[in-house]
Amino acid sequence: MQTPEGRVRAHYEAFAGWLARTPPARIAQKREEAERAFHRVGITFAVYGEESGTERLIPFDIVPRIIPANEWKMLDRGLRQRVHALNLFLHDVYHEQKILDAGIVPRERVLGNEQYRPEMQGMDVPGGIYAHIAGVDIVRAGEGEYYVLEDNLRVPSGVSYMLENRKMMMRLFPELFATQPIRPVQHYPDMLLENLHALAPSGEEAPTVAVLTPGAYNSAYYEHAFLAQQMGVELVEGIDLFVQNDTVYMRTTKGPQRVHVIYRRVDDDFLDPLAFRPDSMLGVPGLFAAYRAGRVTLANAIGTGVADDKSIYTYVPDMIKFYLSEEPVLSNVPTWRCHRPADRDHVLAHLSEIVVKEVHGAGGYGMLVGPASTAAEREQFRARILADPDKYIAQPTLALSTCPTFVESGLAPRHIDFRPYVLSGKQVNLVPGGLTRVALREGSLVVNSSQGGGTKDTWVVAR
Amino acid sequence: MLCRTANELFWMSRHIERAENAARLLDVTYRMSLLPYEVVEPGLAWAEPWAVPLITSGMATSYYEKFDALAAENVLRLMILDPANPSSIYSCLRAARESARSVRGAITSEMYEDLNSAWLEMRHIDYPTLETRGVSEFLDWVKMRSHLFRGVTFGTMLRDDAYHFIRLGTHLERADNTARILDVKYHTLLPSAADVGGAVDYYQWGALLRSVSGFESYRKIYSDVITPRRVAELLILRDDMPRSLHACMNFIHDTLELLCDNSSREVERAAGELHAKLHYGRADDIIEQGLHEYLMDFLERISTLGEGISRHFLAPAN
Repeated sequence: MQTPEGRVRAHYEAFAGWLARTPPARIAQKREEAERAFHRVGITFAVYGEESGTERLIPFDIVPRIIPANEWKMLDRGLRQRVHALNLFLHDVYHEQKILDAGIVPRERVLGNEQYRPEMQGMDVPGGIYAHIAGVDIVRAGEGEYYVLEDNLRVPSGVSYMLENRKMMMRLFPELFATQPIRPVQHYPDMLLENLHALAPSGEEAPTVAVLTPGAYNSAYYEHAFLAQQMGVELVEGIDLFVQNDTVYMRTTKGPQRVHVIYRRVDDDFLDPLAFRPDSMLGVPGLFAAYRAGRVTLANAIGTGVADDKSIYTYVPDMIKFYLSEEPVLSNVPTWRCHRPADRDHVLAHLSEIVVKEVHGAGGYGMLVGPASTAAEREQFRARILADPDKYIAQPTLALSTCPTFVESGLAPRHIDFRPYVLSGKQVNLVPGGLTRVALREGSLVVNSSQGGGTKDTWVVAR
Repeated sequence: MLCRTANELFWMSRHIERAENAARLLDVTYRMSLLPYEVVEPGLAWAEPWAVPLITSGMATSYYEKFDALAAENVLRLMILDPANPSSIYSCLRAARESARSVRGAITSEMYEDLNSAWLEMRHIDYPTLETRGVSEFLDWVKMRSHLFRGVTFGTMLRDDAYHFIRLGTHLERADNTARILDVKYHTLLPSAADVGGAVDYYQWGALLRSVSGFESYRKIYSDVITPRRVAELLILRDDMPRSLHACMNFIHDTLELLCDNSSREVERAAGELHAKLHYGRADDIIEQGLHEYLMDFLERISTLGEGISRHFLAPAN
């Protein structure tokens, strides 16, 4: 909200003024109202490993994160470019593999990757689109200085919080929206549905779309149900579907009904026990065969994980240059690849200053945050890196931006990141906004909800 | 709509209705237990007020497996709070909310929020809170939550198949419960047939009518003493009495007509037959056949109908 010199940034002025004018008692009352409403609406996530049925709220903070118009313009351009290149990369990997032949991305990094699906080789998907829905994690370090931290191309979640947070803010503080030009995000479900319709198997005039969920006990179940309802399509579980003659049907009270497009929120491994993990209870036997036969569209496609792996991430700027002959608008966080001897030496010499991540890790697990680590932890990571350098990458600790956040002691700065959602269909589209996650512990850089992170509404101002 | 969704909606509304009926039954029992009463045949436990809700809901056996003697507190614990008893009010609200959660896309957000807040409140109630709050006050709350849910459903939901399956569940459960409540008289009053018209009789029939919100309607219609024949007429045959068997069968019959197609004729036929029996039935014939026998037959038919609906719409074999 403020510059390092303590001056309120221009795009925060209206909000800061409102905050200063509003009595603390009213703010406290609004925060309580928000918590009650989230509980009643049931915007909760299930916590694995606790008593069954335990549901928790993701803490919601009422101070919005505000992005000025010119910065959004750059982000929007950079996101479209990046996701476009990632889709071209996926198509290439599963077809001619030109980028591997050119030696831009090492062949073994792709073909030896656990997320590479040889079953997808040579198969054409509608529109050549693999990642229909992409969530790109972005951090801001300095003034207007944004970096991509991670691409999420499998089943990125959190968009329901973007929508519910906005709804909540409009309900709590309508006066803020009346006086500022904040760009709307509520049309995301419409955009998503249009996108899914556009990629139906060819020749389908009125395709039937369904959202496939692992079920009510999945941590993101609320979001699956929410999106299905907002789009007006069925929310199905594996048991609701069956495949006959390479065609997918749902079991309905009026008999079998054909499904053309499945927005699946089930991981590749569990989609079809005949093609992937045979012990999966969540999938639909025969789904992959129907998919290969072009009788059903899956969003996202199978095998997108090969492009969002942390070891592939480092090559995304090269992909943009290779496929689009453009300079990347958005930069990666500078990354050292520990399999390269020069990088490895640098990492080992600077362990206390940098962040080390496991290539396949997710959810904030399996990482070393140098400045916050103990000597013992550093030694442990040194040994692990030396034993298996391929498994690790490292990045500098950036001076991540913070945003004022209500914590027990009052309003205090906390680190934030940002996940916009990019939709690829006939065109690439995104709503002006995304999910801002906030690390609630002082000094912490970990924003994942499983590690005590919270969320904020994100405002992109129109001018 | 999806069979699984239809199934969850059907059971969601059945569980709400079941919670409401349990509350009605317990409330009447509670009020009756506060009145002086005679044990018709000493030693006959069935005649005790607190035995009535156990018999009606088929819980007597499991009660005596858990407890030695009949006591108000134990009956209330078992039927309101026990999470291990699938028909306790606690379990019914939990099941209804779980069903709603698993198909929340098929209902309106107001409906889900309503059920969810009922459940969030129920979760925090234990026996001491129940006593402090007052048993009747709590049971009224359960009834109000059920009214509220029906109102929200009626007021917000698209009249699509989802709505029809919800209505089907409500009325099937209600018909079953009204029949069971009526049958209570068989257990409690038959031994004292000589006492017809006496004080005990009056209070018991009165309580029974109150438990289905029928006392005031009875007065309005008959303006006379309560007789078994009239009660049977009111709660079985009159279709303007919203909890009567006839009224429930009207709803079920009409709803099935909307849902049925050529492949579901058998379900429609079974419903039509049962409906006709009520539509053209006579109170005198019921009394002659024996109220208990009549109700047993009805309960069996309604359960067969429920199974038919389930087999055809909710969980069809592939």
